[in-house]
Order: sequence, then C-alpha cells, then structure tokens
Amino acid sequence: MARLDVEIGNLKLKNPVLTASGTFGYGEEFADLIDLNRLGGFIVKGTTLNPREGNPYPRMAETPSGMLNAVGLQNKGVDYFIDNIYPRIKDIDSKIIVNVSGASTGDYVEVCEKLATLSAIEAVEINISCPNVKQGGMAFGTSCDGAASITKAVRKAYPKTLIVKLSPNVTDIASIACAVENEGADSVSLINTLMGMAIDAERQRPRLSTITGGLSGPAVKPVALRMVWQVAHAVKIPVIGLGGITNGTDAIEFMLAGARAVQIGTANFIDPTVTMKVIDEIDNYCQRHGVNDINEIVGII
Amino acid sequence: MKKYLKDFSVIKSVRLSSDYGLLGLRPSDGSDLPEMAPGQFVEVTAPAESGVMLRRPISIHDVDFENNLLWLLVRNAGKGTAAMISLQPGDTVNILLPLGNGFTLPDKSDKPLLIGGGVGVAPLLYFGKEMSRKGLMPSFLLGARSKSDLLRIDCFEKVGPTYITTEDGTEGEKGFVTNHSALTDGWTKIYCCGPVPMMKAVARIARQRDIDCEVSLENMMACGLGACLCCVENTVKGNVCVCSEGPVFNINQLLWQD
Ligand SMILES: Cc1cc2nc3c(=O)[nH]c(=O)nc-3n(C[C@H](O)[C@H](O)[C@H](O)COP(=O)(O)OP(=O)(O)OC[C@H]3O[C@@H](n4cnc5c(N)ncnc54)[C@H](O)[C@@H]3O)c2cc1C
Ligand SMILES: Cc1cc2nc3c(=O)[nH]c(=O)nc-3n(C[C@H](O)[C@H](O)[C@H](O)COP(=O)(O)O)c2cc1C
Ligand code: FES
Repeated sequence: MARLDVEIGNLKLKNPVLTASGTFGYGEEFADLIDLNRLGGFIVKGTTLNPREGNPYPRMAETPSGMLNAVGLQNKGVDYFIDNIYPRIKDIDSKIIVNVSGASTGDYVEVCEKLATLSAIEAVEINISCPNVKQGGMAFGTSCDGAASITKAVRKAYPKTLIVKLSPNVTDIASIACAVENEGADSVSLINTLMGMAIDAERQRPRLSTITGGLSGPAVKPVALRMVWQVAHAVKIPVIGLGGITNGTDAIEFMLAGARAVQIGTANFIDPTVTMKVIDEIDNYCQRHGVNDINEIVGII
Repeated sequence: MKKYLKDFSVIKSVRLSSDYGLLGLRPSDGSDLPEMAPGQFVEVTAPAESGVMLRRPISIHDVDFENNLLWLLVRNAGKGTAAMISLQPGDTVNILLPLGNGFTLPDKSDKPLLIGGGVGVAPLLYFGKEMSRKGLMPSFLLGARSKSDLLRIDCFEKVGPTYITTEDGTEGEKGFVTNHSALTDGWTKIYCCGPVPMMKAVARIARQRDIDCEVSLENMMACGLGACLCCVENTVKGNVCVCSEGPVFNINQLLWQD
C-alpha cells in the first residue's frame, strides 16, 4: 500500500479522492452503497445564505459522453444545513467540505462565518463559477477583479482552509487562479461545468428550462486536464482537479498534470461506487509504478 | 429500504411487440432479491453499445420471489431502452435498486382501481399482486392507443377484474381511460401511472369525486438517489426530487389544479 495522504492547506486528506459538489448530495444518499469513511473527503451541495428553489424542470439533458444540468443551486440554506444535516453527517470519518454560493460578497462572507463555527467542517469551497444562476455566481468567477474581491472578503472572515472553485468559461483561467492565490486562497479547484446547450429538434425546443446549462462528464475531461495543467504551472498553492473523471487512470492523469487531489462528479451517477474503485485503482497504479508516496507524481508533467 | 448495486443475469427476454420487451432478471451472484415495494423503481445501466451514459429508471413490473426473478417491462423510447429490450438470456446488466417510495396500500374497506396507460401499466402488476396477497381486491383499468399496445392483459386478468380502453376502439371501449363506463363504479381509491396528460385527467376526476388518488411520475433522472436534484417536481412543498420523495405522489401534493 502506497502512501496516499495529501494536504490541501491545513486540510489533511487520507487519500486524494473527493466527491464534487452537487453530485453527491450530503454523502448519506450513498451510505448503503459505499463506505463513506474511505473517502478522502466529500464536498456537499452548493449552500447559500437563504433557501433557494432552483430552476424549473427540466434541469438535465444527457449529451454524448456527458450531461447538461441547470439545477440552479437548489438548497435549504445554511441554517437548515447547520441545524438538520450537519448533525447527521458530522461523525463520518472523512473530511466534509461545504461548497458555498451567493449573490453578493456579503452572502459569501455570512455563510462562511456560520460554517466556521462547525468543528467537523475544516474547509469551504467557494463556488464563484456557477453558470446556472442569474445573479452573482459566475459573474464573480469570470474576471480577475471579481474573483479577487470575493476571495479577499471571505479570507478575512474564514480562518480554516479556503478553496476557490474556478469557472472554465473564461479566456485565461491561470490569471484568475493567480488573482485568487494573491488574496490568500489556500487552494483552487477546477473545473466547474462548461456552458452548453442542447436542443430537441423534433419538438423544436431547448432541452433545459433555462435554455443553457453546465456540461460535465467524460466529454469535458480533455479541457479540464488542460486547464489544471495550466493553473498548476501558474500557482504555488495546491490545485484540486476535476472534470470527467470516471476511473483511477483519469485521476492519475490529473495528478500528473499537477492536481494534488481530485474530485469525482458525474461519474457517481453512472456508478455510485466509483469513488471506491478510483481509490483502489490509484493504489494499484502506485504499486505497478513503484510509487511509495502519491505526492511524488503530482505535477511531473 | 436498503439499496443495492448488483449485476443481474438476463434469464428471459420476451419481445412483446416491435416496441415492447419484457426482461426476467436474476442476481448474477446467486443472492436472493432484496426487499422491494410496489411502485418502487430500479436504475439500469443500458448496454454499452447504446452509447448511453446515465442509468435509465424503470419500474418494478413484477417480482417472482419463488424463482428469484425481477421482471421489467420496457418500451423502446430511445437509445437506452432500445438496447435494453434487445438483451438476450446470458447477458448481464447492472442495476441499482430498489429506489423511491411505493404506493400506499388501501384499507380493507376500500374499493381500489388501478389505472394504467401505455407502459405505465408496468408498476401496477406487482402492486395488484401484492394487494391480492394481502386480501385486498384490486381492479384494473388499462388504456392504450391500439390493441397492439395493450400489454400483459392476461396477467392482469388473473389478478382482478380488468377493464380496457383503446383510442381506436380495436379492443375494449373506444376512447380514453377517463371516458370508460367503469370509472363511475364507486371507487374509493385510485392509483394511476401513465402519460402525464392522462394522469392529470384522472386526477381531475378524482378531485371532482373526492376520491383519494396517487400517481406515479416519470421525470428524467440522473442519480436516482436524491443527490443531484435533476428530477424535481414542483409540489406544495416546493421542488422535491421525484426519485427519492416519489415517484408516487398523492395528487394533493402536486400543483395539478388545472
Ligand atoms: C420512476 C420511473 C419509472 C419508469 N418506468 C418505466 C418502465 O417501467 N418502463 C419503461 O419502458 N419506461 C419507464 N420509464 C421511462 C424510461 O425511464 C425512459 O423511457 C428512458 O429513460 C428513456 O431512455 P432512452 O435512452 O431509451 O431514451 P433517450 O434516447 O434518452 O430519449 C428518448 C426520448 O425519451 C425521452 N425521455 C428520456 N428520459 C425519459 C424519462 N425518464 N421519462 C420519459 N421520457 C423520457 C426524451 O425526452 C427523449 O425525447 C420510467 C421513468 C421513471 C422516471
Ligand atoms: C447535477 C450537478 C450539480 C452540480 N452542482 C454544483 C454546485 O452546487 N456547486 C458547484 O460548485 N458545482 C456544482 N456542479 C459541478 C460539479 O461539482 C463539477 O465541477 C462538474 O460537474 C465537473 O466534474 P464532473 O465532470 O466530474 O462531473 C454540479 C454538477 C452537476 C452535474
Ligand atoms: S435523479 Fe438525482 S435527485 Fe433525483
């Protein structure tokens, strides 16, 4: 067994495998099927200050080797999370990271201040890149100034590990990563979904209620891998890579490109036990390649 | 109910017509079928050659505990389902089950009617059988476009009185289930699964006559576990996941007031 533990700022993960926000619920949905304690960590649903109903149905369309979604951050708000969900999941022996979204800087700060009081939440992931909400969301993530100002404000209010999740819907993702690093982010994760669209030609209608949505799954992997590689070369803070990972080899590719840890999203829908397989396959890869510590291979490309 | 992810071997594959297939499946590892409630569904990985990535939700059509067989009734609606009905004995499919919440059993004093349209008849067979095993007396009202779209009628007739409508009048009464003469027979509980316009029409009648009514929705799904929030229906409680809070809903939970 190789050493698989990695560090993201002060956050110590027993292995580099996390689950991506919005694809793994609050973890408990998968409890019958996998041992949650084996995960490096899991990132729970996008959480906002106030409850959000999200977008109307239909919110999902399958596309070749991928899917579009337009969930629109449906959640019951941070207070509901703290009072009702956190007590049920806090004792799982795996790191729990909360993904945070907001319509204004004040929203992000307030949610993070509330989360900072929870002992079993050692990190937040700030989503400045959601393509499915009109206000805020991606608007912050598509300019260096926007990304920097949000990071700066949250950094002041949140003492634990701060991960900023980047949007791929930009011309130069590395410059945004640098802006976020300069304001004190402990890590960046990428990519969020790519803006896309699907049309039902027979009915002559868009497939999503919102017309456009976010593309994820194996179809986005080459784009994600390229962006992770670019960002890893531009920043010193640890990079978390995601986008289309479905097996251990995919995960290793992201680590070779510079990711210290990886997240698994859409693949959880294809095989809800995929995370366990990815952990085993990473270990197997290390044995086959004589790697004693997974950190040895991070960013060798 | 505990959920499982299992490989199933195709034991029987019956082509009912060009568009409908019936699959009899048994756990490949020799284990017994898990506990499953009528109205629950499963998520099937479509055969790789279909090119389909996400699992496809399919109702539990029947459970033969004696022979350890799970039966699915599938309509060719696209790439995934077309590949499913082409599966042959000896093939293997991966299934996530059981998912969602089933129908509520009626009281002994109730007079229940199970209404199905098209492939929506699927969950009603297992439900009807469970009812009669418990000494309740189900009746069925089944509708289809044409005689050739009527599915598994002989099986339903063995379980309870079965009324039939076809839109073109090739079998049973001509018209829609909502026009059938049997609908006025003093039912006290209605269960319905079929196309949305049909379920809405049935719900309207149930409301007018003050009959308790449950419907089973077929929203598009990704995870089937309540994790992705893709499958929502707007209800009196706001947007809820059909996969985890449904697929069966009492009509007074839905915003179907039209
Ligand atoms: C709880 C539940 C139970 C179901 N039970 C059965 C069953 O017992 N037997 C059966 O044959 N079908 C059932 N369905 C419908 C079945 O899941 C869809 O027909 C199937 O997902 C279509 O996949 P496809 O790859 O064949 O079609 P695709 O190629 O994905 O799509 C073809 C067309 O079907 C439509 N479609 C896609 N997904 C759905 C969906 N979930 N519901 C309705 N239309 C859809 C698309 O809009 C498209 O126009 C059920 C659905 C749900 C949610
Ligand atoms: C249904 C769905 C919901 C999502 N919700 C969120 C969310 O709330 N917050 C967020 O930062 N990302 C969200 N994402 C994006 C994923 O976390 C991830 O960045 C993206 O799907 C790419 O990874 P993948 O290809 O492995 O799925 C969502 C993705 C999907 C498919
Ligand atoms: S299909 Fe994912 S929540 Fe229902």
